[in-house]
Amino acid sequence: MDLQTWIYVFVGGTFLLYIGIAVWARASTTGEFYVAGKGVHPVANGMATAADWMSAASFISMAGLIAFKGYDASVYLMGWTGGYVLLAMLLAPYLRKFGKFTVPEFIGERYYSQTARVVAVICLIVASITYVIGQMKGVGVAFGRFLEVDFEVGVLVGMSIVFIYAVLGGMKGITYTQIAQYCVLIFAYTIPAIFISLTLTGNPVPQLGLGSELADGSGYMLAKLDTVMMDLGFKAYTVQKGTSLNMVLLTLSLMIGTAGLPHVIIRFFTVPKVRDARASAGWALVFIAILYTTAPAVGSMARLNMINTVNGVDSQGTAYTDLPSWFKRWENTGLLAWYDHNGDGKVQHAAGSAFKGKPKFVANEDGSAKRGGYEERVVSNPSDGGRKEGAPFANEIYVDRDIMVLANPEIADLPFWVIALVAAGGLAAALSTAAGLLLAISSAISHDLLKGILRPDISEKQELLAGRIAMAGAIVVAGYLGMNPPGFAAQVVALAFGLAASSIFPALMMGIFYKKMNNTGAVAGMLAGLGSTLIYIFIYKGWFFIPETNNLANTADNWVMGIQPESFGAVGALINFVVAIVVSKVTAAPPEHIQHLVEDIRVPKGAGAASSH
Amino acid sequence: MSGSASDYWKANIRLVSILLAIWFVVSYLFGIILVDVLNQIQIGGVGLGFWFAQQGSIFTFLILIFVYAKKMNALDRKFNVHED
Repeated sequence: MDLQTWIYVFVGGTFLLYIGIAVWARASTTGEFYVAGKGVHPVANGMATAADWMSAASFISMAGLIAFKGYDASVYLMGWTGGYVLLAMLLAPYLRKFGKFTVPEFIGERYYSQTARVVAVICLIVASITYVIGQMKGVGVAFGRFLEVDFEVGVLVGMSIVFIYAVLGGMKGITYTQIAQYCVLIFAYTIPAIFISLTLTGNPVPQLGLGSELADGSGYMLAKLDTVMMDLGFKAYTVQKGTSLNMVLLTLSLMIGTAGLPHVIIRFFTVPKVRDARASAGWALVFIAILYTTAPAVGSMARLNMINTVNGVDSQGTAYTDLPSWFKRWENTGLLAWYDHNGDGKVQHAAGSAFKGKPKFVANEDGSAKRGGYEERVVSNPSDGGRKEGAPFANEIYVDRDIMVLANPEIADLPFWVIALVAAGGLAAALSTAAGLLLAISSAISHDLLKGILRPDISEKQELLAGRIAMAGAIVVAGYLGMNPPGFAAQVVALAFGLAASSIFPALMMGIFYKKMNNTGAVAGMLAGLGSTLIYIFIYKGWFFIPETNNLANTADNWVMGIQPESFGAVGALINFVVAIVVSKVTAAPPEHIQHLVEDIRVPKGAGAASSH
Repeated sequence: MSGSASDYWKANIRLVSILLAIWFVVSYLFGIILVDVLNQIQIGGVGLGFWFAQQGSIFTFLILIFVYAKKMNALDRKFNVHED
């Protein structure tokens, strides 16, 4: 079978599986729709949480980030896993004991304030919508690359699949599909990694391969990578490039942002008991860690493989016509580009930029790609071709980071079915995260806004219908924004984490651990944390992300104490804590029944089945 | 809060404080602040600081959560606040 047939078989097969699960796991009550009837086994919930959490970015982009940033990318590895420790010990068991359906519902009741609930709903919707745009884009891109269909068609197909299982099954359908999606994505991620580790180091376990000697006898893999990179004018792979303060704050922001993201938190409402919520966070991290500890090996080995393939055995470059077919295939997708600066017909890779910004490809009049003398794609914006200090020659290629995972099986010369598996895995990662986010959005609308505030008198049947309509509406909005991403799409992930870190996490934590926290303190804290984080991000990235409205250029020299906007969530959270505590000290203590509520959620005893009110 | 309930809560806070101290040490201290010092020690072909930053901290996080779950379940029983 050829590659295209394999891809259709794998992608089509997994999609049929997801739809089959949807039909089997239909939701018939609001309890099933919002929290899967609170009957999910902790290990199963851990697996679903892992799929929910690991997005297109984790699957496709993270190893690429590691490959290009080396040691400095550790912040993502630690930041996106360490949050689960906070979730397990500070939030999940208590919120499960509280026993309701949504995060804003807890905030509203604990702070006896509809205002607090509305603020929480707004934070939740903004954070989740920004996240879901990225997933829909991921689906469109994966379809476009692998199935050679239009981006819009890809987004439409993805929307339809999510529509079927999320609208029909709610949290119940989503949970069981996510379990299937986890299995698909983890096989797709680890199988190429095992092959590559085996070829390069002789060790089939990628986590060990990272610290192993190379099979060709040229010493330890990482030491070799450091030498090769320094010879090409790059900084060493394993050496720190950013400041420690910024790395600490970025890691902390990602950790508390992770713990405060509502679509992750609500997954812990689905298990039967408080002790299940504790264990389930551990299981979630087990399943996440399988991918996250494989990623450093994938990143470093892919980088070494790529340099060796491009620069060749003599490290002087490889003739374009002699390069393996994957190079040309990915050049056709625009993720790779070459400009022959020194005119020797060879492709050379070193430090420095080969192009001014991203490469701009030239098209013929009939729309096909214009080809140069070696059949390479012609680009219109080469750089001046100067040699960067320390580099042996000018850099001649552009490599998109995302290629590291997507092209990995081809670079390592793996069979077609592995490439097809990676396509299905990327789609599974994007779809599972999108579904979880869409559920968080629809439950905030139908349960918090409609049932909780606007129309408390509607019946359960009506609320369930409203939940389905809200879900359908959210899918349409997400799909539309995925096809027409606002200019700031790339910036907003920082916003999602900043919001969750500076507003939601502190409000939840103080609600549990500080009995005397009152409504004025909590609302003031949320607004102060949110406001300061937004202002810091807007100053460098433009007000409301409108280009050219930023007050200062977004460069390290301008950042306060070297803190990049993405790292500010931790500072925002600190501001939130301080403001909330000071304000609550000078205002009236919360009423007696709220203090009893806090005492009650602190002990597991008496955690019954879910109740809607 | 009755006597045993507040003792239960204090025991809980003590446990979480210890576990979060370890959480801080392996990631922020070993993985970032002391990374250059620890990189003097090599295990296999990886500097110890680099290893903590890219793998060791994640493995430690896992152990921390399961230890927490186990110890808390024991505390629940000791103070008779467990479910069922």
